[in-house]
Amino acid sequence: MAQHEVKLWSALRPFAQGESSVRIKARNIRELFARLEADYPGMVPLIRQGIAVSVDGTLYRDSWDTELPAGAEIFLLPRIQGG
Amino acid sequence: MTADTKFTGQTFKSVGTRPLRPDGIDKVTGRARYGADIDLPGQLVGSILRSPHPHAAIRAINTSKAEALQGVKAVITAADLPDLTNGNKELFDILDNCMARTHVYYDGHAVAAVAAVDAVTARKALKLIKVDYEILPHVTDVDEAVAPGAPVLHKKCFTQGVEPKPKKPSNIARRSEFGHGDVDAGFAKADVIIERTFRTEQTHQGYIEPHACVASISPDGSGELWVCTQGHFVFRQHCAELLGMDVSKLRVTPTEIGGGFGGKTHVWAEPVALALSRKANRPVKLVMSRDEVFRASGPTSATSIDIRIGVTKKGRITAGDATLRYTSGPYVGMWAELGAMTSFACYDMKHVRTVGLEVLVNRPKTTAYRAPSAPMAAFAVESVIDELAGRIGMDPVDLRIRNAAKKGTRSSYGPVYGPIGIGPTLKAAKEHPHMSAPLGENQGRGMACGFWFNFGGQTCTDLNIAPDGTVSLTVGTIDVGGARASLALVAAEELGIPYDQVRTVVGDTSTLGYNDMTDGSRGTFSSSMATIMSARNAISILKERAAKMWDIPVEKVIWEDGCAKAVGKKHGNLAPLSLAEIAEAAPNTGGPIAGHNELVADGAGVSFATHICDVEVDPETGRTQVVRYTVIQDAGKAVHPTYVEGQYQGGAAQGIGWALNEEYVYGDDGRLQNAGFLDYRIPVCSDLPMIDTQILEIPNPNHPYGIRGVGETSIVPPLAAIGNAVSNAFGVRMTHVPMSAPRILAALDEAQAAASEDVETA
Amino acid sequence: MTNLVNTNINGDAVGFACEADETLLDALRNRVGLKGVKEGCGTGDCGACSVILDGTLVCSCLVLGMEVEGRTVETVEGLSNGAELHTLQSKFIEHAALQCGICTPGFLMAAKALLKNNPDPSEEEIRYALAGNLCRCTGYDKIVRAVQATAAELREA
Ligand code: FES
Ligand code: FES
Repeated sequence: MAQHEVKLWSALRPFAQGESSVRIKARNIRELFARLEADYPGMVPLIRQGIAVSVDGTLYRDSWDTELPAGAEIFLLPRIQGG
Repeated sequence: MTADTKFTGQTFKSVGTRPLRPDGIDKVTGRARYGADIDLPGQLVGSILRSPHPHAAIRAINTSKAEALQGVKAVITAADLPDLTNGNKELFDILDNCMARTHVYYDGHAVAAVAAVDAVTARKALKLIKVDYEILPHVTDVDEAVAPGAPVLHKKCFTQGVEPKPKKPSNIARRSEFGHGDVDAGFAKADVIIERTFRTEQTHQGYIEPHACVASISPDGSGELWVCTQGHFVFRQHCAELLGMDVSKLRVTPTEIGGGFGGKTHVWAEPVALALSRKANRPVKLVMSRDEVFRASGPTSATSIDIRIGVTKKGRITAGDATLRYTSGPYVGMWAELGAMTSFACYDMKHVRTVGLEVLVNRPKTTAYRAPSAPMAAFAVESVIDELAGRIGMDPVDLRIRNAAKKGTRSSYGPVYGPIGIGPTLKAAKEHPHMSAPLGENQGRGMACGFWFNFGGQTCTDLNIAPDGTVSLTVGTIDVGGARASLALVAAEELGIPYDQVRTVVGDTSTLGYNDMTDGSRGTFSSSMATIMSARNAISILKERAAKMWDIPVEKVIWEDGCAKAVGKKHGNLAPLSLAEIAEAAPNTGGPIAGHNELVADGAGVSFATHICDVEVDPETGRTQVVRYTVIQDAGKAVHPTYVEGQYQGGAAQGIGWALNEEYVYGDDGRLQNAGFLDYRIPVCSDLPMIDTQILEIPNPNHPYGIRGVGETSIVPPLAAIGNAVSNAFGVRMTHVPMSAPRILAALDEAQAAASEDVETA
Repeated sequence: MTNLVNTNINGDAVGFACEADETLLDALRNRVGLKGVKEGCGTGDCGACSVILDGTLVCSCLVLGMEVEGRTVETVEGLSNGAELHTLQSKFIEHAALQCGICTPGFLMAAKALLKNNPDPSEEEIRYALAGNLCRCTGYDKIVRAVQATAAELREA
């Protein structure tokens, strides 16, 4: 299982000792959130509220089955609203 | 998502044509039923009592006189909508906004409601309700709300996102930050730096149809709701949760919708109508007046934005920094955050930082308005970019092309971009004949870029083959501007049948699985994806049935041009079976034929636009008229190009209104001064020119047909494009939207005064 | 006090009861059942409620129901000739002059009134004639084109 550097937007950083990214082993978004919840319990409420995941520039809000290819850029962002 | 939704580069027969829309006839003959057109037997008229004060504590409400009035069947207050939100802050805010509990937070905040036999009785009853208010100091202005000593709306509001947690409460509910690099280092490399503060005023989505619904709750606890909404499933969810109902016991039927633009993504009166119906035990119809729509349904944010951008003489942006204050009404939102994310998204920047501050004020709860929060941020950024181009003597389009974000660029909000399309829109703008057309006296030309995210979301569709081979497609996203036609085109394309053979309807919440709101430009993007998958699902069944009819293995059957065809040496000579023939035989080959799909349409892909605009300013009055306008935007693939053009034109017109006229005006008393279309002036026909459009088609890799959302981005560039045009006409930099005649006149006078001073000192 | 009003609506003799302070808009929608007449503001600012009264375009929210006694009212419901659409109606659909369609009945009536008086209007004349009708969806471009196309076709006919 690939280890990913997962980049955090500012609201998540306080729960990761101020780091701008964390290293996580995960095959897909579901595993990513599960690991994040286990390793950084402070993030749980935000994850439950909804976080969007950018995988190589494509935003995923709900598709937790989306695979995280090795070397992909993974960025966590707020779950946005539209008009 | 299990299905493969990647773009395959296919060519199209139906998609891209311009057939007539299926709901057209009903809409030109007056037959289409909108929110206020639904009537139920025995229905009562509901009406809401609203606070005249911008900020007050509710000491007591006495409803006894109203209840005693003949013809009044129910009177409700917050006590009839008890708090069942269980610590869910977002839901509690929705509840408190629908019916004030301990405090009113804005002029127009609901405090009580009645249901009566007719409108006259309902109005009389409202007058008999006595509310004892303790008036509190208020603040409506974004800058005043963050100033020291401002009245604080919520004593428990300590700015989130700040470490350590602030000791004192304030009206800044949340701080968010985006960016990368080292902005100070970036500014050190700049030859020219411009720093400015911009303000934009609050606008309303301005849909012509006021909110309207009919609610009916039966004594067994089940209920029905007819409502004009952008998301009937979300309305069902919120209403059921607020009323303590089982979600599946509330059936929500969406009516035709007379415009939404984000404003009908939120429940306002629907929970109130349901609570009234529950108490009165009769159906209740509740229709907002225009005054209520302005005072109490969601406008966009008012903003104040500090911006600083540095550039080298050669036209490379070295750094950008922005602080964005967005009002969110009395409840925290993510409006400044969206502004912070989108502000520099068009550009490739090494050093960038944006900070968003959500500001609480005594104004109605802010709600999404088409590409929410992006137009204001773009106004600030695109104005400064243009000014920088002038300062270094570079063409503003070239400066933008030079710095345009492209594949591999780290976006200002974080991730690295995949294949994106700002470059092509800029290039198209540069080559567009509009760019080089001559200008008349007192005219100026401006251009600007815009960005919006777009998204997909949960979606499902049902595709049923009727016994005669015609197809009915049921979708769960609301048709706000021609989506039924587009989705019928997609189904026809996939099935290989004529457009006329497909009829699309929007299903109610009991006939279809859950669908997210029609927002984020997602309607056609995501429902088309689900429709394609439904059709493929149906085709595999049709092939099985054909195989049975021929008595050959299903592997020997293909689907082509709306027919099952047998292939291979042995069966290749069988005559094709049409959809109608297979449908007719269905009873004896396994029963009805239908295709379904449920999916999450993620991967919508970001969207960019470039607009060009010519204005003419009357130097005597400051009155500004847009005389030519061009929209250039990427649609991925335009399913029905006419309606894509319509989206581009409509968004541009809304942006033009925002840029030049529209604003909420509050008096010192905290009351809205212009809650009507006479004083809140949206563009009329004689205010606008034809709006030219150029549709670019750069396929979206994450959609089987390459489709992208098109609904929102077109409202993003106009504010800046018009500001830049005014600036180019007269050399004044407009920093306050709307650029109404008095503001433009003041800027012109100021510039003139400065110029004559220069002459004197010279 | 409720009054009985006798009038002619879309060519039919119609009687309806209405209160003295009831608007024609409310009477048409709630008493006569002509819900194609829309309310966008109730104050004469949006044109969604436009009807033609004795040949003149009016906002039905600014007229009292009682005022139409003995007069002729035309609404969007009377525009087509049975199943045959009025040219304006078909051109509006063809040109996608509507998105949400809530403004459409008002625009159709305003355009009809315009073309009756001026069969060959310039773009500017069309824009000013329709300036009392608000549309938030289309930016008016396709509405103006639909009216232009109608005018051209009616002139040929
Ligand atoms: S409803 Fe009559 S003009 Fe708006
Ligand atoms: S089509 Fe929606 S208001 Fe005109």
